[in-house]
Amino acid sequence: MSILVIAEHDNKALNGATLNVVAAAQKIGGDITVLVAGSGAQAVADQAAKVAGVSKVLLADDAAYANQLAENVAKLVASIGAGYTHILAASTTTGKNVLPRAAALLDVSMITDIIAVEGPKTFKRPIYAGNAIATVESGESVVVATVRGTAFDAVASEGGSAAVEAVASTGDAGISKFVSEEIVKSERPELTAARIVVSGGRGVGSGENYHTVLDPLADKLGAAQGASRAAVDAGFVPNDMQVGQTGKIVAPDLYIAVGISGAIQHLAGMKESKVIVAINKDEEAPINTVADYWLVGDLNTVVPELVSKI
Amino acid sequence: MKALVAVKRVVDANVKVRVKPDNSGVDLTNVKMSINPFCEIAVEEAVRLKEKGTVSEIVVVSIGPKEAQEQIRSSMALGADRGILVEADDSQLGALEVAKILKGVVDAEQPQLILLGKQAIDDDSNQVGQMLGALLGAGQGTFASEVKVEGDKVQVTREIDGGLQTVELVLPAIITTDLRLNEPRYAALPNIMKARKKPLDTKSPADYGVSPATKLKTVKVEAPAERKAGVQVKSVDELVDKLKNEAKVI
Repeated sequence: MSILVIAEHDNKALNGATLNVVAAAQKIGGDITVLVAGSGAQAVADQAAKVAGVSKVLLADDAAYANQLAENVAKLVASIGAGYTHILAASTTTGKNVLPRAAALLDVSMITDIIAVEGPKTFKRPIYAGNAIATVESGESVVVATVRGTAFDAVASEGGSAAVEAVASTGDAGISKFVSEEIVKSERPELTAARIVVSGGRGVGSGENYHTVLDPLADKLGAAQGASRAAVDAGFVPNDMQVGQTGKIVAPDLYIAVGISGAIQHLAGMKESKVIVAINKDEEAPINTVADYWLVGDLNTVVPELVSKI
Repeated sequence: MKALVAVKRVVDANVKVRVKPDNSGVDLTNVKMSINPFCEIAVEEAVRLKEKGTVSEIVVVSIGPKEAQEQIRSSMALGADRGILVEADDSQLGALEVAKILKGVVDAEQPQLILLGKQAIDDDSNQVGQMLGALLGAGQGTFASEVKVEGDKVQVTREIDGGLQTVELVLPAIITTDLRLNEPRYAALPNIMKARKKPLDTKSPADYGVSPATKLKTVKVEAPAERKAGVQVKSVDELVDKLKNEAKVI
């Protein structure tokens, strides 16, 4: 078995999601090579070389890879990937953008969002917003899959000593161009990696109230902040905070849902959390069916009281 | 310019599906079916581009059972001009096969803009648009929350993990829609009546030289592990106590 893992990074640092993908690769078993495609990304390759379990790092350094444009990166992955039995990437927006394109270039089917490795070619993945779990067997010569990070414990970022090897760029495909980026800055832990997540829904009422009520709780707990689709659509918070089938998938130790009813769409993104707390004024809210503890009350009084008592 | 929109017939987003007792799949008998929400957003975007004068004709294509005609007709009621149904057994089709059939349709229709939803809410694959981009050698603007056509290029603002990213693609290009791209309109009754008269062609995968046989085999489908029933706490004190002493998470 030879596995190619596509590194997720911002040209400066390796993203933690890659460590979960390496963990999934170890479950498959075999030689693990990490591909770093970027621009001025030597530091990322050096970090990847230290990751436990990695035997080789390939660095493709070219301006064409600076912003992870799918048209350019997929071309590279397909040209390198044919020699491997598996090609894996994280189920992030980058992984989901690039990998299906690479799979099609290799003329193989792909498996999205694997949550368990049952065998070298057999995997489990959620379908229907997590309401069913499918076991899928690939009959392809190259297994291409994205990995749901929260389903695999990250490997250690230190301890490895892989060699870094440069690989030639496949160039710019010339059909797409990066224009601009708007990244939301936050001092809080990253949503998908946080141990505690505090999320707000439509019930928080407004963007202002979201911050007035939930910021102190998140601060006190050192938690990341999330939101339901309703809160994002209402403009309370930016879209990158959305938890759900169509947003981010989280599985923290503690998930506190405040003013969230618990639509199927939202539950798909958080029901693997270890402990779920729901604070809602509606006794019948569907969120209560997945919550370990739920408290019926006005979030505007309950949450500040909670902050004062933790 | 011509726009092609791909739509999928899926179980309605509000239905809580049940796994069949024999673990062969999800029980879809007598379950409400609808147009996939992301596909509906793709249709709406095409219609808005037509209203702005950017797009002159909208062709809707669906690949699936005969009943998928309903979803094509709904798309026509929203403003699409013409439909193509590629009749095929869904269970034999993977994303790659769907992308290959769509490539055949694109080759025949020569659209400048190809719009799809970012994912279908049944298989949750999020693959077809990207695969089609690869097969056509066209650029892809996935997870789009804003689309601006300018001459022979299109600027697409994409929802990415950290925020937003804008890319510029050479036409023809693929766009896959995210939820915030637009809010689809409701079809008015006169438009539903008119949609019945719009042309709808029926094709088969063989017409595009594709054999619908995915190499991904679904071994079994199971219900997810049930969470054990939780408890209602009566006060903040009780909640804090449970979190500290029972769950030990704070």
